[in-house]
Amino acid sequence: MSTQKNHAELSEIFNKDEDRVNWHDETLWWVRQKRDKASHAIPDWELLREMASQIKNNVLSELDTYLIQFEAKATENGIKVHWAADAAEHNQIVKDILDKNGVKQMVKSKSMLTEECHLNHYLEEHGIDVIDSDLGERIVQLAKEPPSHIVLPCIHKKKEEIGDLFHIHLGTEAGMSDPQVLTETARLHLREVFLTRKAALTGVNFAVAETGEFVVCTNEGNADMGAHLADVHIASMGIEKLIPERKHLGVFLRLLTRSATGQPITTYSSHFKRPRKGQEMHIILVDNGRSTQLGRPDFRNSLKCIRCGACMNTCPVYRRSGGHSYHTAIAGPIGSILAPNLDMKDYADLPFASTLCGSCTNVCPVKIDIHDQLYKWRQVIVKEGYGDKKKAAGMHAMDWTLASPSLFNLAGKAGRWTLKHAPFAVNNSMNPWYKHRDMPKPPAQSFTEWFKTNRPQ
Amino acid sequence: MTVGLFVPCYINQFYPNAAIATLQLLEKLGVKVEYPLNQTCCGQPMANSGYEHLAEGCSKLFTENFAGYDYIVSPSGSCGLHIKEHLHAGDSPEAAKKVRKSIYELTEFLTDILNVEALDATFPHRVGLHQSCHGQRGLKLSQMSELTAPPFSKPEKLLKMVKGIELVELTRKDECCGFGGTFCVTEEAISVKMGKDRIADHISHQAEYITSPDMSCLMHMEGLLNRQKSSVKVLHIAEILNGK
Repeated sequence: MSTQKNHAELSEIFNKDEDRVNWHDETLWWVRQKRDKASHAIPDWELLREMASQIKNNVLSELDTYLIQFEAKATENGIKVHWAADAAEHNQIVKDILDKNGVKQMVKSKSMLTEECHLNHYLEEHGIDVIDSDLGERIVQLAKEPPSHIVLPCIHKKKEEIGDLFHIHLGTEAGMSDPQVLTETARLHLREVFLTRKAALTGVNFAVAETGEFVVCTNEGNADMGAHLADVHIASMGIEKLIPERKHLGVFLRLLTRSATGQPITTYSSHFKRPRKGQEMHIILVDNGRSTQLGRPDFRNSLKCIRCGACMNTCPVYRRSGGHSYHTAIAGPIGSILAPNLDMKDYADLPFASTLCGSCTNVCPVKIDIHDQLYKWRQVIVKEGYGDKKKAAGMHAMDWTLASPSLFNLAGKAGRWTLKHAPFAVNNSMNPWYKHRDMPKPPAQSFTEWFKTNRPQ
Repeated sequence: MTVGLFVPCYINQFYPNAAIATLQLLEKLGVKVEYPLNQTCCGQPMANSGYEHLAEGCSKLFTENFAGYDYIVSPSGSCGLHIKEHLHAGDSPEAAKKVRKSIYELTEFLTDILNVEALDATFPHRVGLHQSCHGQRGLKLSQMSELTAPPFSKPEKLLKMVKGIELVELTRKDECCGFGGTFCVTEEAISVKMGKDRIADHISHQAEYITSPDMSCLMHMEGLLNRQKSSVKVLHIAEILNGK
């Protein structure tokens, strides 16, 4: 990962095409506005958020109990439960199940966890063909790109670009970008996939400890199409996806899609409880760093996340830098507090990719203190030695100057003198401020100097 | 009532008029203002960059300067929020606690402590109000567009007391300007784009001035406006509330 460009560099590249940035920003802002409309229509919205947050507090403090309860119930229902400590174990389990059933082709609905585990790549290497059945995910899969958004995977693509991809891969006529035609083409293509695949993998939005069932939310019904037609259904879930009781869905399902897209509820909220006759149903419970995060008191709340993507849609940085600038499976503010837990060195830049404006925290349906955690991750990253080394020297000099009133007054005077008499010293390409912004006009006096003259003690 | 005036470092050096207006406004409202001459900075630039541990010197100095006051007033929501949330002084925790409790941003001090209902000020111009995020979402100076909650705005309430002023409606009323402290140079491309979009919103609604309870946002937007040779000016809210 040493050649990996950081968020600032990737954002600068994204910003070379300003019209595209404007389009990306407006598109996601429109989603944020739909979210506002839907949430403001519920008078008790803030109470609902608080309830969800409290339920998740309970889940996180009793996670071991709920997991064991869930395993017992699910097993009782005839589901085979697997435990995976990390991504490698998860991928191995999936492969073993497929091997055992002699399956070489699998259909997969939306699962950010499998993105996190790089499952597609792993299975491909082992000669297993995976087709993503969520339309947005299928599009980025054809483009050989990762999703740029957890709910809207191809939000960075314009319809003309999708038309080009479909022309190459699905045989639509060149230049065709009519969404109706493209969707119909995808529909026919996926219908064939659903009918021929023997195994289907789905994600999990909520797993109910009380009943051992799990709930998968989609707008396209693609999880259902896959799972209902396949002989083998594998569901992958992070261990934090649990809720204690079925009735709690009444809180979370109301929050999820209103926060995500402004819809009252997903088109399909499908409950899977037991395999149908002749079908195998597997659940893989994946840790992959979650227990470590649970053990970090400042960051454990990040595990409340229900993957609605509201923090991305509202984030003024995300909207203008694009999901790929975060170079991790889960982009945006939430990704920036999750990723350093997985690898502090590779993702040291992400907690700094924010102005700490706090809008993410306000839209979060489970009240994760996202911007406070970004601030806290910055402290941890610097203390652990992964901070920007160039910045460190400047920070020491700043500390030295600002801790001394006489040095501060002297430095201020010197700064103002320089701006007035030697502006070329700062107005040059070495100064990132000056690239697109003028420096402040230096006043003749500081406030302290003015005060001494005008309010003599 | 005696108030300790905290003037953020960059206002002291580059925008003394914002501090002078704050002082004069408080004096006009009958407040006795003291200005501790040994003050420098709140330490936020270091802390937000991950070097909270290096802000120790600033915190210590700040506590020494201000622990004696029941009210500390500052013309900055951002620096005020930093003091309120992050000021720690290792050897004098009680004094630091008192400081954290006593810090007020100027407009909240005017509305909540002085209960100002009228101002002797005139400003016959079209003005756009920029909500600084730290003031708004941090100190709750205004209701936030994300929440399902009744609207209010302390800065707006005060601006409406100014004769002749015309406040413009913005398309995105509380979007961040992209200054973000050291973010403005470490993430230069995004910071600039956010700033450009923000000033475009004000300009498209024919604002002549952009005002804010935070000068740092305004410094960033002023840099962009001046580079674009725009006639739109920035002015700290204290300069309008104190204006004739």
